[in-house]
Amino acid sequence: MDWNLLITQLMNGLQLGLLLFLLASGLTLIFGIMDFINLSHGSFYMVGAYFCGTIVAKTGSFVLGILFGLVGVFIVGALVEWFIARKLYRSDHLDHVLVTFGLILIFDTLVHMIWGASGMAIPLPDVLNGQVSIGTLVLPTYRLLIIAAGLGVAAFLYVLVTRTRLGMLIRAGASNRTMVEALGVNINRLFLIVFAIGASMAGLAGMLIAPITEASIGMGNDIIIIAFVVVIVGGIGSVKGAFYAGLIIGLIDTLSRSYLDDVLALSIPIEYAETAAPAISAMMVYILMAVVLAFRPQGLFPPAGAR
Amino acid sequence: MKRNILTAAVLAATAFGSGAANADSVKIGYVTTLTTPAAVIGEDIQNSVNLALEHIGNKMGDLDVELIMEDDGFKPDVGKQKTDKLVKQDDVDFVVGYIWSHVLLASMKSVTDADKFIISANAGPSQVAGKLCHPNFFSTSWQNDQTPMAMGEHLNQEGVKSLYVMAPNYAAGKDMVAGLESVFTGEIKGKDLTKWGADAQLDFSAELAKAKASGAEAIFVFYPGKAGGAFINQYQQAGLRGVMPLYSVFTVDAIALPKLQEANLEGVLGSKMTQEWSPDMDNAANKRFVGDYLAKHGKYPSFYGAQAYDSIMLIKSAVEAVGGNLDDKDGIRAALKAVNYDSVRGKYTVGNNHMPIQNFYLREVVIDDEGRWTTKIVSTVYENHQDRYAAECNMQ
Repeated sequence: MDWNLLITQLMNGLQLGLLLFLLASGLTLIFGIMDFINLSHGSFYMVGAYFCGTIVAKTGSFVLGILFGLVGVFIVGALVEWFIARKLYRSDHLDHVLVTFGLILIFDTLVHMIWGASGMAIPLPDVLNGQVSIGTLVLPTYRLLIIAAGLGVAAFLYVLVTRTRLGMLIRAGASNRTMVEALGVNINRLFLIVFAIGASMAGLAGMLIAPITEASIGMGNDIIIIAFVVVIVGGIGSVKGAFYAGLIIGLIDTLSRSYLDDVLALSIPIEYAETAAPAISAMMVYILMAVVLAFRPQGLFPPAGAR
Repeated sequence: MKRNILTAAVLAATAFGSGAANADSVKIGYVTTLTTPAAVIGEDIQNSVNLALEHIGNKMGDLDVELIMEDDGFKPDVGKQKTDKLVKQDDVDFVVGYIWSHVLLASMKSVTDADKFIISANAGPSQVAGKLCHPNFFSTSWQNDQTPMAMGEHLNQEGVKSLYVMAPNYAAGKDMVAGLESVFTGEIKGKDLTKWGADAQLDFSAELAKAKASGAEAIFVFYPGKAGGAFINQYQQAGLRGVMPLYSVFTVDAIALPKLQEANLEGVLGSKMTQEWSPDMDNAANKRFVGDYLAKHGKYPSFYGAQAYDSIMLIKSAVEAVGGNLDDKDGIRAALKAVNYDSVRGKYTVGNNHMPIQNFYLREVVIDDEGRWTTKIVSTVYENHQDRYAAECNMQ
């Protein structure tokens, strides 16, 4: 057993899990509180990456890119809520899916028109492009930063949700929206803020991944499916659930990509194992979702009192 | 970019406007990828095709050229639909393009069943070179295995003893790995085939960690298009530069390099790859192509573009050989097989399976006189190399 490799892979899984959490936290709140299925949540992820990339190209500062990117995506999220989502809360889920699918196409085309088809590489400062050595273990600095940022945001959301008045309303909204409305809370404003914060979280995930994979059109459309899996496994409306489910799924995905071929090779010939392993590891996440739906349909950590 | 869309739209509009059964024109259907992140390859191809048409004044002999571009969306099923549309609805004479092997494999039969000509300007799946070879199929690129075979040969010459191999999990990825393995005499310490398609895997953290732990001397990858840039990014961030030298095919190209330069990823400088063409090749056709492309777009064309440019020139040579009589299928077939045109890669011939028999060169990433990152030929690895599936093809 190569312990260094195992630790590296655990860190990789943690990093992927935290990115999924950033995406899923907004999705789960929007889904849980407003009962709104937002397929275009992945577009905020893409838009965030492009905003950040543009600012970095102009100013050369990655920190400024993140800050302005966050503000930009917050505004885009608020605009989408104000002009589009708000009118749809009372419609059924099929309408949500249709409209937000249309939004994906609009966002993809807009990005194509503004930034072109070629995608955008985001340069990192030299400090972040290097590696950190801990004993014999060598880890990319930037991946550690993603982990730190993810944990930081998780802590921020934890405080926001459990210690503030806004968080109390969010939790109440996730548990019983009608009751919150009946108590005279300005539900429109609450929805607007939750939607825009959710969009910013997705945007942040996009900004963090873009220096690794580059920003590209439709980058959010693939990962949003996994983010929905995280939402369902964690329990709809539960930020805590999104956190744990994100980590579980990130680790399952990374570890099956790393070790599945070796494990399979114990029982079947290596050449079959090499072909079968990528296919099976791509399925692992969905197998987990199917198991959770079969035995605990409300998710692993449903919000207290959820219907 | 906007101008390219406009040009394409105008070209497409002229194509539709001038009526279907116009005997005064050659109709060319072009299937490539214009959406998804792979659109960046399609854009380069589109630029090169437009440049070729400009260079020939949009004429082949006395006939006007009508170009219809179609987008395969990086999906085999969509590629086949678009091919069917070109063959049945637009009734084109030639169907050209195909970046992706799985798209070509799905689409080819639609063209050959209609007794039209299909010219791959990139994809070269082993099946089409071997058992599925067809008298109406031609190629201005290569068979998939050849370029990695040339790399394997180079690695043997360099004395590299062990490799870690990474490629996407689809038809071409498997061909590339098979090609390398057929020649490379050292040990392959590990191999990863990663998810591919419109939702391809782009985060290679797990695979890179495995590669590093494998103890292999060097790493070989095949990641075309956008994935190439992402891979090199992560290769450098993982600190593998200088630890595991990078050898690649179809990964570090004129599409990835400008963006790598923008992000200042110097890890790629000096990295080596094999290819049948390079922008610095010294022949008149190539100088004109690369020079005008540079002047027009401010960046180097990629090998995709070079092959696309060649595809138009190859068709022109065939149309002129039959004096514009497009009903003379045997004449066109013979002319396409004769390869009587000035290719930007220099002279080449084709084998019994209609795959090119050509040289493969070792290229290196260098900085040109104006500070741009590009590739330069270092040496010739294979001379007049024929693919290893030709014997499986029953054509003479």
